Amino acid sequence: MRHIISVILENEAGALSRVAGLFSARGFNIESLTVAATTDSTLSRMTIVSVGDDGIIEQIVKQLDKLIDVVKVVDLTATEHIERELLLAKISITSDTQVDVEAKLDQFNAKIIDAAEEVYIVELAGKSQKIKDFLSAFNAEQIIEVSRTGVTGVTGVCHKI
Amino acid sequence: MKLNGAQILVNSLKSEGVSHVFGYPGGAVLHIYDALNACEDIKHILVRHEQGATHGADGYARASGKCGVTLVTSGPGITNAVTGIATAHMDSIPMVIISGQVPSPLIGMDAFQEVDAVGITRSCVKHNFLIRDISEIAITIKKAFHIATTGRPGPVLIDIPKDITIAKMEVEEYPKTIEMRSYKSTIKASDHQIKKAAEMLANSKRPILYAGGGCIIGNSSKELREFTHMTGFPITQTLMGLGAYPMTDNQSLGMLGMHGTYEANMAMHGSDCVVAIGSRFDDRITGNLEKFCPTAKFIHIDIDPSQISKNVIADIPIVGQTKQVLQALIDQMKDKKLADISNWWSQIEEWRKVDSLAYKKSPGVIKPQTVIETLYEVTKGKAIVTSDVGQHQMWAAQYYLFDEPRQWINSGGLGTMGFGLPAAMGAKLAMPDRDVACVTGDGSIQMMLQELSTMLQYSTPVKIINLNNGYLGMVRQWQEFFYEKRYAMSYMEALPDFVKLAESYGHMGIRVEKEEDLKPALIEAFNQKEHTVFLDIVTDPSENVFPMIPAGGGHSDMLLAGRDEMVSKDETDFNAV
Repeated sequence: MRHIISVILENEAGALSRVAGLFSARGFNIESLTVAATTDSTLSRMTIVSVGDDGIIEQIVKQLDKLIDVVKVVDLTATEHIERELLLAKISITSDTQVDVEAKLDQFNAKIIDAAEEVYIVELAGKSQKIKDFLSAFNAEQIIEVSRTGVTGVTGVCHKI
Repeated sequence: MKLNGAQILVNSLKSEGVSHVFGYPGGAVLHIYDALNACEDIKHILVRHEQGATHGADGYARASGKCGVTLVTSGPGITNAVTGIATAHMDSIPMVIISGQVPSPLIGMDAFQEVDAVGITRSCVKHNFLIRDISEIAITIKKAFHIATTGRPGPVLIDIPKDITIAKMEVEEYPKTIEMRSYKSTIKASDHQIKKAAEMLANSKRPILYAGGGCIIGNSSKELREFTHMTGFPITQTLMGLGAYPMTDNQSLGMLGMHGTYEANMAMHGSDCVVAIGSRFDDRITGNLEKFCPTAKFIHIDIDPSQISKNVIADIPIVGQTKQVLQALIDQMKDKKLADISNWWSQIEEWRKVDSLAYKKSPGVIKPQTVIETLYEVTKGKAIVTSDVGQHQMWAAQYYLFDEPRQWINSGGLGTMGFGLPAAMGAKLAMPDRDVACVTGDGSIQMMLQELSTMLQYSTPVKIINLNNGYLGMVRQWQEFFYEKRYAMSYMEALPDFVKLAESYGHMGIRVEKEEDLKPALIEAFNQKEHTVFLDIVTDPSENVFPMIPAGGGHSDMLLAGRDEMVSKDETDFNAV
């Protein structure tokens, strides 16, 4: 099953490689990983998406918790939570396809953030599934370039990490 | 007063109460050596190879319970030390390793003797640090010792660039305590879980205690003995746990696992309640997990939560220090009426009668088992015994009945050949009044021979018991059983004359070829209080370690000496190691 794991860790050089190293050394799978500093600049927050059965996820959480730099680990999927991912994509347009492309952008609530004669750069935030659906709405030739941030997440309004 | 980084580092080690440092100098640590030279409170042991430094510090730590300290230079200094660091990591041994690094401006420039020490060691340390400023030295050393020695102990590396060791700053007082928001070492076990465990144990009809290295590292031998006596339960110990409970006591079933006794493994197999105490269900213990303890519930006591339900799902997990949890269990169970387990003991006694460690002597050859039994007799069971890795290690574990914790020192987790000799040296430095024996083989001993030189320099008289069978015995045993006797590269041709070799290093050497000479030679060796003695004992080259659970087998699939034919199993067995 897919799990979203939130990790609060010391904002120190090498902390990221400890986490990445742990996953490769123990053969755990990483679907995506995002990291940035928090409002407390001495701490970073990392969001990891991994796939595994309950036993593997339990081990991932425990092994992360064991890292000396890690302050807290929460499996977001175990509670109410919100997840989002950001997509930046370059989509080619021609006079024939422009109307259709724009309709699709509207349908997904994607935003055009830059445009040239034959290309739009668009931005879309949402759950991973929405991003997948959006991308599959276009032909392969229409998509010139794609960059996804990977999932980030927070606990629901009633919870606190 | 201003001091340089090297002086601050040495003063910090002094503040931590460090008495011995095992190390080897080189360019990046010259300032540190200069400062260490001026310090009279710390004795430096100049090894002959950095792996010897880490094993020496490791043996010192295991024998004394203190933190081992190693000092090595950058580049090859630290890469040579890695095997010893990984060895300590697998066995949860407290150790602080200080490695020199090229000067800060040269880091990343492929400088002479530069390696990414923090990167290379990341997966085999509990934690590591790269010092970036002189002001970080004292606090980092405080943190390193705290992390290495608390919780589940382990090695911690501090990498320090050369320029920082010569920079100067006004000295501050060494921190007395340390707070780390991301590291909490004190875990109090849940009372609720302990009550549940006590309840399950009181009702168990076929209980067994399975004690591991955590009982020794956690200094809980006293509580383990009290708990075992109080409950009357049978107890088995892992390779790492031997001595936590006296092996000569009637409640002890000996070691369990791949080369464990028949009674220990059968009792595990038949138990309805297994209590794992500071042990981690390693693959050498469990064998095939699908066949492991088919009727048992598991109570798992461990200080490291990540060990719980890793290999075997615990019915009642208890996270905490073995010492405190055992004390709490004693308190809980003191007044409880326990189920009658006399039938269980009768069954165990039946298994015991199988006498699984019996072996046949043959005329004209010395059996390796006899050597260990004689060693036990001559040292009255009181020596500290280190070992290398292979058949001799298993025989030492099976036939030397350890009664005290920290008496048996071996590389259980990583299985590092070469560990025994430097570890014996470290143990002797920690416990100069104890007899120390290194049980080794003709393969293992040659991996760290150079430390014989260190042992002369620092007068560490240990007795080397070399079971010389001309083979890499454990490899040969597996090839005999599982590879149709194709002995690929397991025969040691061109062995040195170990007696002359020992003598050339300034030690005594004795060659033993006949069984009648064995005991007198051992007595002579241990009478030589001032000398390291190398006993080169020619043993039966065809002897195998029994009992044995073949790869892929369960605890009830044991093969016994002289009673079972070993046959190659199906292909899946070859995937097990």
